[in-house]
Amino acid sequence: MSATSAIRPTPSVAARLGDVPIFPVAVLAFITLVAIFADFLAPHDPQFGNLAERFRPPFWIAGGSIKHALGTDHLGRDVLSRLIFGARVSLVVGFTAVIFAGVVGTVLGILSGYLGGWVDQVVMRIVDTWLALPALTFAIFLAAIVGPSEMNIVIILGAVYWTRYARIVRGEVLSLKEREFVRLAIVAGASKFTIMRRHILPNVVNSAIVLASLMLGVVIVAEASLSFLGVGVPPPKPAWGVMLSDGKQGLMVGYWWLTVMPGVAIALLVLSANLLGDWLRVKLDPQLRQL
Amino acid sequence: MKQYILRRLGYSLLSLVLLSLTIFLFIRLTGDPTTLLTEPGASAADIEAVRHRLGLDLPLWKQYAVFVFSLLRGDLGDSFYYQTPVFELYFSRLPNSLTLAIAAMGFSLVLGIPSGILASVRVGRFWDNAGKIFALLGLSVPSFLVGLLMILFFSVYLQWLPSSGTGGISHLLMPAFALGWYFAAAHMRMTRSSMLEVLGSEYVKLARLKGLPESMVIAKHAFKNALIPVLTLAGINLIQMINVAVVVETVFAWPGIGRLLYEGVSFRDFPVVQGIVIMGGAMIVATNLLVDIVYATIDPRIRMEK
Repeated sequence: MSATSAIRPTPSVAARLGDVPIFPVAVLAFITLVAIFADFLAPHDPQFGNLAERFRPPFWIAGGSIKHALGTDHLGRDVLSRLIFGARVSLVVGFTAVIFAGVVGTVLGILSGYLGGWVDQVVMRIVDTWLALPALTFAIFLAAIVGPSEMNIVIILGAVYWTRYARIVRGEVLSLKEREFVRLAIVAGASKFTIMRRHILPNVVNSAIVLASLMLGVVIVAEASLSFLGVGVPPPKPAWGVMLSDGKQGLMVGYWWLTVMPGVAIALLVLSANLLGDWLRVKLDPQLRQL
Repeated sequence: MKQYILRRLGYSLLSLVLLSLTIFLFIRLTGDPTTLLTEPGASAADIEAVRHRLGLDLPLWKQYAVFVFSLLRGDLGDSFYYQTPVFELYFSRLPNSLTLAIAAMGFSLVLGIPSGILASVRVGRFWDNAGKIFALLGLSVPSFLVGLLMILFFSVYLQWLPSSGTGGISHLLMPAFALGWYFAAAHMRMTRSSMLEVLGSEYVKLARLKGLPESMVIAKHAFKNALIPVLTLAGINLIQMINVAVVVETVFAWPGIGRLLYEGVSFRDFPVVQGIVIMGGAMIVATNLLVDIVYATIDPRIRMEK
């Protein structure tokens, strides 16, 4: 499906980035800045609260005050501060997991596609087996094995999602392998390793990046779901999924801000990631439009 | 063709064997179930007795052999926790999961297919853009968040719908929507791109040249052919739904397979987890096999490639 992807002339960077969609970039930049400067921006400690001030509503509702602008949760912790620090968790986990899965999947995809034979068989049978397990079920499992921590979540999500990259990359490598420049490199006496690194890898990186941008939203949702189920980022760490899980305690009595605030944050982040991913896909690799 | 089917069948069986081995080993890595099944102060002899009763004192390869051989006889073992056959547990929960999945699927098709068609005949216009936004939101907002926000609005604020449990249609509406939106978005996108492809084909042009009214062209010539990939996707998604519903089931306290699996993992109930994963895996592998074979029958190019 992607036999021609590498021979298209590469447009200049300016031409490629000419029409960056403003909304998602602005939202992502804002959330990133908030995450970086969380220590300066957060008005209160995100992990400790005052029980005397629990379930305070946001400031514009009777009973709320500007001291806790977005209200407090069941332990009297400041919702705004937890949202601010939660941005850090989502972004760090999201980006590292996507990169981790991307590196593993790309390397295995190249090895599988280029070497063929038993390597290909082993990798592809593992991929088939992995895909027979629904991603979230699989992640819950791994979480039960290694225990919850931020670091482990990254490893788990990487271990679950690398197969997507491996499949796509392998497919590209299979067609690249038959191309002139690879054959010439073989004739010139380049080793298999050199060919994979110098000739194959640069030609699949584009697809891997596009896929990574599309996976960012998926991974952030997965992290939030795991945290919501209680097998993700361990409390009292302020992750948005954990906040939603905590917010369930106030849901039926109408403490809506505990659900709506982190919910809006997750939705905005994932929506922006997906919008940017869609745009990148159309820009960098029209062949992947079907994904 | 025969050779192709046999090879795919072989791969599928191999996948299932690998899956059973993976799940067997992974679930045992989560820890010792006896600590959760005995009183905190139980004596070493008591714990040993429980281990023996559950067959956990056997060497690993023997445990695996027992698991595989009873599996071949159609026996998934007994739950450590409920002490009833996993098969019974599974089929007592399956109707709930199926109800939810079918409702969510119905909703996703009723919403996804017409809006996809509408978007494809109005490319770049209002309905296309509205559909794009609807799809983008469905793919971006996690299903459990949709569920929580719906509870907040329909159960707490308006008090129209019950927030949890099973019962009549009113219990089903919110979980089905929360689970179905994502898939409605996927089905809409698929319908749109499939319709666009068909609408650009020669025979549709011919139908138009013949002077057929546009509604006829869309309904009789384009839609019928565009439907095939959408229904294939829907078939695969139905099984995915049963398996991924765990988060939605948690939000609405819906007693389905997902909850059972999640509880199984938390209680280290090995037979329950093994049984559910194998059943789910078998369904997914079987669907993929079926799709491969159907495609290979339709398109000879597929079965020629290695």
